[in-house]
Amino acid sequence: MTPESQPGTPAEPDPQWMVRFDKVVKTFGDATVLRELDFQVRPGERVTLIGPSGSGKTTILRLLMTLERVTSGTIHIDGECLSHMRRGTRRVPADERHLRRVRKRIGMVFQQFNLFPNMNVLRNITEAPVRALGVPRDQAEDKARELLEMVGLADKALAHPSQLSGGQQQRVAIARALAMEPEVLLLDEVTSALDPELVSGVQCLLRDIAQQGNLTLLCVTHEMNFARDISDRVLMFDHGRILEEGPPDQIFSEPEQQRTREFLQAVLDV
Amino acid sequence: MAAPLRDGGSRPMTWDWDWAMEILPGLLTQGLLVTVQATIGGALLAFVLGLFLALLRRSPRPYISRPVGAVAEFIRSTPLLVQLFVLYYVMPDFGVKMTALTTGIIGLGVHYATYTAEVYRAGIDCVPKGQWEAAVALNLPRRWSWFSIILPQAVRRSLPALGNYLVAIFKESPQLSVITVVDVVGLARELGSERFRYLEPMTIAGLFFLLIAIPASILVRRMERRLDT
Repeated sequence: MTPESQPGTPAEPDPQWMVRFDKVVKTFGDATVLRELDFQVRPGERVTLIGPSGSGKTTILRLLMTLERVTSGTIHIDGECLSHMRRGTRRVPADERHLRRVRKRIGMVFQQFNLFPNMNVLRNITEAPVRALGVPRDQAEDKARELLEMVGLADKALAHPSQLSGGQQQRVAIARALAMEPEVLLLDEVTSALDPELVSGVQCLLRDIAQQGNLTLLCVTHEMNFARDISDRVLMFDHGRILEEGPPDQIFSEPEQQRTREFLQAVLDV
Repeated sequence: MAAPLRDGGSRPMTWDWDWAMEILPGLLTQGLLVTVQATIGGALLAFVLGLFLALLRRSPRPYISRPVGAVAEFIRSTPLLVQLFVLYYVMPDFGVKMTALTTGIIGLGVHYATYTAEVYRAGIDCVPKGQWEAAVALNLPRRWSWFSIILPQAVRRSLPALGNYLVAIFKESPQLSVITVVDVVGLARELGSERFRYLEPMTIAGLFFLLIAIPASILVRRMERRLDT
């Protein structure tokens, strides 16, 4: 570990890497999901993680979102350690307050949308800015309506999630994540739970979002065309390790590893 | 027909309409009023206290969750009748004095709170994990997430079961007569004992329960169906 990567050092922005994994190990009971994983993502870079299920892709997003904790190793977001903090001179697991601070920079869209069914669309989007960032409600609502406009659901502000199609729910979930103005956006198989005819709409929206901002994007998907469109770099995972990485054209057209070829053949045939 | 019922004398038991009509207003007003008070008071206490019990039992701190769990288990494993006796006849020795009805409401409420706590627990477990994860991902405060996201969904899912307990509390409320609460059944017994004739007052009291409990059960079932869809 390089000296400046000491966890808990006062958070100095890291101009080089927005996301950095150092020797990250994650185990669930006896199962090792990630094995000493090292990888980095540049600010504004759009990275897609592909690979067979159980290869650890989703775990990476969940670790970044602090839904899981690392077993060992460290994760940094823009130079700030996510998993640990410093107390005195000792390095200790991050507490809730530290996590809250780091989490502000990260947003996530889930496979199952996870909208709050007991609130209408507008409140789904505004509650987090109001409660977690202290944005005045009217300001949050203006922003929410803008975002709804962008995702094409301006007329659904007062609808309840149960009245929306899966595709519409996922658009709301995307708007909800963006309302927090994250620097890193995590997309966890966001179209896997959608009916086939709704997939392309959500993908188009995400493509636009990816092209607009300087958002750093980490995307787990089984849709290879989407991965090709959206990403600067593709990482192929297998058994908790990065098997191979490169620009999408290289990975999809001339993968080096036999395992990658097999995987691509399998998913493209479906 | 079975052998005619006897009422202490040797007269055959026939329904006495005149007497039934005479006691009906009293049972309907005085008796039923106490029953309804005990039911509503007990149920409100059970529903509110049960929610607190459920939350305390889920506390990550074992020195909170364990004792609460043990007390709840103790209350659930002893008869309501015993608890009522203790509350009304033993607690005054420790300086706790309350009217019979208040004691009864507390007894019913605390007893059934240990059951409704289980209902809420199941309701909370039913809320998908993704709801918590979304709340974390949006950096929403923990407590706010509990009260504004998780509990509203959990309580909604708990409503049919709570409705069933409301009916149960209603039907158990005559037990309060052991601590001198004169509910509709207690009054029926008093009226009956005056003439050694229980047919009319007890039949009327029973009909009250039937007339209220059946529609309530139907309502609960309808609520269940609506929540399922």
